[in-house]
Amino acid sequence: MINMLNRTIQPPITDAVSFDLKLRKCEQYQLDNQVPVYSMNAGTQDVLMIEWVFKAGNWFEQKNIVAGTTNFLLKNGTTKKTAFQLNDHFEFYGAYLNRTCYNETASITLHCLSKHINELLPVVAEIMVDSIFPEEELVTYKQNQKQKLEVSLKKCDFIANRLIDEYVYGFHHPYGKYTSTLDYDQLNREELITFFNRFYAEGHCTIFTAGKIPADLQNQLNKYFGILPLQQRAIPHIQYNLQSAEEKKHQIINDANGVQGAIRIARTFPNKHHPDYQKTQILNNVLGGFFGSRLMSNIREDKGYTYGIHSYIQNHIGDTAWMISTEAGRDVCEATISEVYKEMEILQNELIDEDELSLVKNYMLGSVLGDLDGPFQLIARWKNYVLNNLDEQYFYNSVQLIKSTGAEELNELAKKYLSPSDFYELTVI
Amino acid sequence: MIEYNRFTLDNGLTVLVHEDTATPMAVVNVLYDVGARDEHPNKTGFAHLFEHLMFGGSIHIADYDEPLQRAGGDNNAYTTNDLTNYYCQLPAENIETAFWLESDRMLSLAFSEKSLSVQRKVVCEEFKEHYINKPYGDVWKQMRALAYTVHPYQWMTIGKELSHVENAHIEDVKHFFFKHYRPVNAILVVAGNVKTEAIKKLAEKWFGPIEMGDKYIRCLPQEPVQDQARRLTVEAEVPLDAFAKTWHMDARLNKGYYTADLITEILGGGASSRLYQSLVKEQKLFSNLDCYHFGSLDAGLLTIEGKLVKGVDINKAEQAITEQIQQIQEQPVSIVELTKVKNKTESVIAFEDMSIMSRASSLAMYELMGDASLMNTELEKYQEINPQDIVDYSKQLFRESNSNTLHYLAK
Repeated sequence: MINMLNRTIQPPITDAVSFDLKLRKCEQYQLDNQVPVYSMNAGTQDVLMIEWVFKAGNWFEQKNIVAGTTNFLLKNGTTKKTAFQLNDHFEFYGAYLNRTCYNETASITLHCLSKHINELLPVVAEIMVDSIFPEEELVTYKQNQKQKLEVSLKKCDFIANRLIDEYVYGFHHPYGKYTSTLDYDQLNREELITFFNRFYAEGHCTIFTAGKIPADLQNQLNKYFGILPLQQRAIPHIQYNLQSAEEKKHQIINDANGVQGAIRIARTFPNKHHPDYQKTQILNNVLGGFFGSRLMSNIREDKGYTYGIHSYIQNHIGDTAWMISTEAGRDVCEATISEVYKEMEILQNELIDEDELSLVKNYMLGSVLGDLDGPFQLIARWKNYVLNNLDEQYFYNSVQLIKSTGAEELNELAKKYLSPSDFYELTVI
Repeated sequence: MIEYNRFTLDNGLTVLVHEDTATPMAVVNVLYDVGARDEHPNKTGFAHLFEHLMFGGSIHIADYDEPLQRAGGDNNAYTTNDLTNYYCQLPAENIETAFWLESDRMLSLAFSEKSLSVQRKVVCEEFKEHYINKPYGDVWKQMRALAYTVHPYQWMTIGKELSHVENAHIEDVKHFFFKHYRPVNAILVVAGNVKTEAIKKLAEKWFGPIEMGDKYIRCLPQEPVQDQARRLTVEAEVPLDAFAKTWHMDARLNKGYYTADLITEILGGGASSRLYQSLVKEQKLFSNLDCYHFGSLDAGLLTIEGKLVKGVDINKAEQAITEQIQQIQEQPVSIVELTKVKNKTESVIAFEDMSIMSRASSLAMYELMGDASLMNTELEKYQEINPQDIVDYSKQLFRESNSNTLHYLAK
C-alpha cells in the first residue's frame, strides 16, 4: 500500500476561482424614527450580537480625544445607575457591552446569550439617553489613561504607528492625530456632555444585529430605540484635507538600548470607491498581504530579519494609506528597508508569473469563502459595505476582479503606486 | 452539545471527526502531546522553535504553505507549556491537500539546515519583540523562576534565554522529532463539512502507513507543596511600579481548578469584579488590575497583577489585595454573585464554540486530557460549585506560604 501512495504530488484540488461565491442577504428594516437596522439571522449557537453605530467618531470633535472619551465613559453612569451598577447588570447576564471609537463612527456593541436580550436592551437604551459622565469617573479615567499612555510611549511600535499616520495625513486630520498627556489634562466634563447630546442622544445611528435572532427582536428594538430622537438633526459636513509631511525619511531613537526597530513605510492611497482599489488588493497580497507573500518569503523566511512583515491598505472610509509594517532586529533595519524597496521595484519591472498569481487568487478566494462562514463575520462584511456607502454588488465585483485581473494590469498598478520615492519611511528604535 | 465520532488507526493515531454541514469549510487540527514542559532545562524554547521548523519543508514536500494556499487554505500553529497544536482551514472539497501535507510532516521533516538557521533568527526576533524590547516583558520570566523550583513550568515557551534557541543543532531537531512527533503521541481532529466514513479512508490512506513510534511517557518532577512565601523585588527601566502575586492552584481536571476559575472571575472578571471596583475605582491604588490563570494542565498559578497609581506605596497596595483575599476566605459569596460568574462561564463557552476551528482545537485538547466528551460536561462542573466550596478553596489556595510576590519597581 505504501508503494501506491505518491507523496510528492498534491492531491487534485478544486480551484477556488471556480467557486460560485454568494453573499448571504441581510434583512433590512427601519425603526419608527427611521433608524436603519441590518439583521443577519444565522448560526447554530444561541448567541446574539447587536451593534449601535453612531456618526460620533473623532471626525466630529472640536478638541482632541473628546469623541474617544465620550465613547469610553458611556458605561460609567446614568442618572439612575452608577458605573458599577451598569457593569454589574451586563456581567450578571454574562453579556459584554463594549464601546469603540473610530474616525467617522463610534460604536456600542452588545454580545450576549439570546435568552437574556430582554433584560439587556432597556439598559443599553438608558445609556444612550441618560449618560451623565460623573466628574469622579472622568478624573479616574484621565489618571489611568495617562499612566497607560506613559507605558505605551516606551514601545517602538506604538510610537511608529502614531508618527507614520501623522506624516501621511497631517496632525490636524482625524486619521493623523494622536493623544498627549496634555490632551487628558485639558478635557472637561462639559465637553463630553455637549458631544454626547449632539452625537449620541440626538445623533445618527445604524443598528447591526447577528446571530440567533429572537422572533420579537424588531419589536423590542422599536420599543426601546425607535422612540429616541435620533436621525433628526443634520450631520455636520466637515472636510479635512491631507497635509502630508514634506520630509519623506525619518529615524527616531526612542530607546537607546532598544534591540529592535519598528519600521513603517507608507504612501497615500485612494478610498474604496476608486476603480484601482479592489485590484490593488491582489497586488498587495502578492507584496505582503499573507504568509506566502514576497515580503514574508524574503525578509522572514529567507533572511530571518523579523518575526513578521505585513503590507495592507488601511481600512478608512476616506482616502487612505498603503502601509508596510514590521519590527526587525536593530542591526538589520536598513537591510530590511532596502529589501522592501527591492520587492516593490521587482513588481514594477517584472510581470508576476501565472503560477504565483493563481496561488494568490486561490488563497484570496479561499479566504473570502472562510470569511462568509458564521453570522458575525457576515454582518461585519455588510457593516463595512453600509458604512462605506457600498452595496452587495461591491462583493460580486471584488470576487470577479480577483478571478479576472491579469499580470499586466497588476504591473501597471505597481508602476502607478509602488515607486519607492512616493513612500514615507520611518524607523523607531 | 458538540457531537463527534472517534476511531484509532493501527499505528495509534487518534482521530476525531466533528460534522457540521452549515459551513463550506473544513478544519484539520493536529495536536502533538509535547510542550515546553517536556524540554531539557538547558535546551529551553525548543518545542516552540520546533513548531517553526514544521513549516520548513517535509520529506516529500518542499514547502508546506504554498500548496495549502493554492487549495484556498490558511493555517497556523501555537505552542504552550503543555502542548503543540497545528491547524489549517480550507474549502471542504480540498481537504485531501491538508491530509497530504499533515501526514508528510508527521512522516518526517526534511531537516533542512537552512530552515533551522533562518528560524533560529526568526524566533530570536520574536523573543526580542515580545519579551525584551517591551516594558515589563520579563515579568513572567521572573515569576515562573520564583514560583517553580523543580517543575518545568519554571520557564516560558519562548525559552529561558536567547542562547538556548541560538545553540539549537540539527541533531537536537531530529531527536525531538522522532521522540515526540509520532502518531501514537498525536491527536487528529477534522471538523466541518465532512463525512466520517470519507475521513476514515483519508486518514488510513495518508496517516496509516506512518510508523507508530514509542508512546512518550511523561515523567516530570512535580512541584512540592510550597511551605514558605517567596518574595522578589526587581528594578527596571519602566515608568510605573507593578505588582504581581501568584498562588499554586490545582491541575486542570481537579475540582479545585474549576473553583479557582470561578474565584478569578469573582475577583477580576470584568469592570464589576471585586478587585477592579475596590482597588481601581474606589481606593484608586491601581490603574489596572487583573486576576487570571493560564488553564495549565499540570498544577498552575492563580495570578493577581497590576500597575500602581503613581505615588502609591506598593506595600499599601499589597495590603489592600490581602484584605480582598481575606474577605473571600471568610465571607461566603452571595448566590447572586455566584450566579453571575456561572452565567459568564456559560456565555464564554457558547461564544467559544461558534467557529469550527475552535471546536476542533477544543476537542483535541479535551481528548489530550483523557476524553473529548469532557468538553460537553464542563458547564456542569461549574454549576456544582457552591458558596462553601469557594470559601474552602480560597482558604487552601490563598495561604501566604503558598504565594510568590513580585515587586517590579520603576528605577
